Amino acid sequence: MDDLYRAIADPTRRAILDELVDHNGQSLFELCGRLTLKHGIGSSRQAISQHLEILESAGLVEVRREGRYKFHWFNGEPLREIAKRWPTHKGRS
Amino acid sequence: MRINLASVFVDDQDRALRFYTETLGFLKKHDIPLGEYRWITVVSPEDPAGTELVLEPDAHPAVKPFVAALAEDGIPSTSFAVQDIAAEHRRLEGLGVRFTQQPTDLGPVITAVFDDTCGNLIQITQEKAPS
Repeated sequence: MDDLYRAIADPTRRAILDELVDHNGQSLFELCGRLTLKHGIGSSRQAISQHLEILESAGLVEVRREGRYKFHWFNGEPLREIAKRWPTHKGRS
Repeated sequence: MRINLASVFVDDQDRALRFYTETLGFLKKHDIPLGEYRWITVVSPEDPAGTELVLEPDAHPAVKPFVAALAEDGIPSTSFAVQDIAAEHRRLEGLGVRFTQQPTDLGPVITAVFDDTCGNLIQITQEKAPS
């Protein structure tokens, strides 16, 4: 669980998830283009690659190979744990 | 000084010449036998006297791992300009071209990336008119 909270604590990693929700299954190149031009995030490809590894270890991003290519997919499943732990409706006082 | 040549490494010059002319629509400018390989260049019909693209053999041992590493991360080897990216995307998909990036609006430009069947990814871009 700690991996999950750490993964979503960083604004660049949240922007990566936003872009994958906008269009799932992206190459590293497409993600970097979107982050630079839509979010003004000027991180290097290598830095984005490291962010993706952290998201992957938290289970929020899956990497799938198709032939010679590598695509990144969003997986929201781990976020259920947060809603389970802290229900999203207003608690009774 | 002007840029007269640009090149892409291709794993098969015959297949590359077919793809760059028949599928993309470029014109063959030079095709000169050169030992084991050929000196092949293509130009755009929109600018036949303009920059020539060399279809360069990938025989040097450093090329294959370099091109493969770029392709894995979706990084294009070069980029071409188009007027109407939606139409070009439809046309190329209709010809069986595989896109690794669908047309994506990035603000000042719309870009897409496809596989040239010879080892490379190629980007196409449409510049948006300034609003």
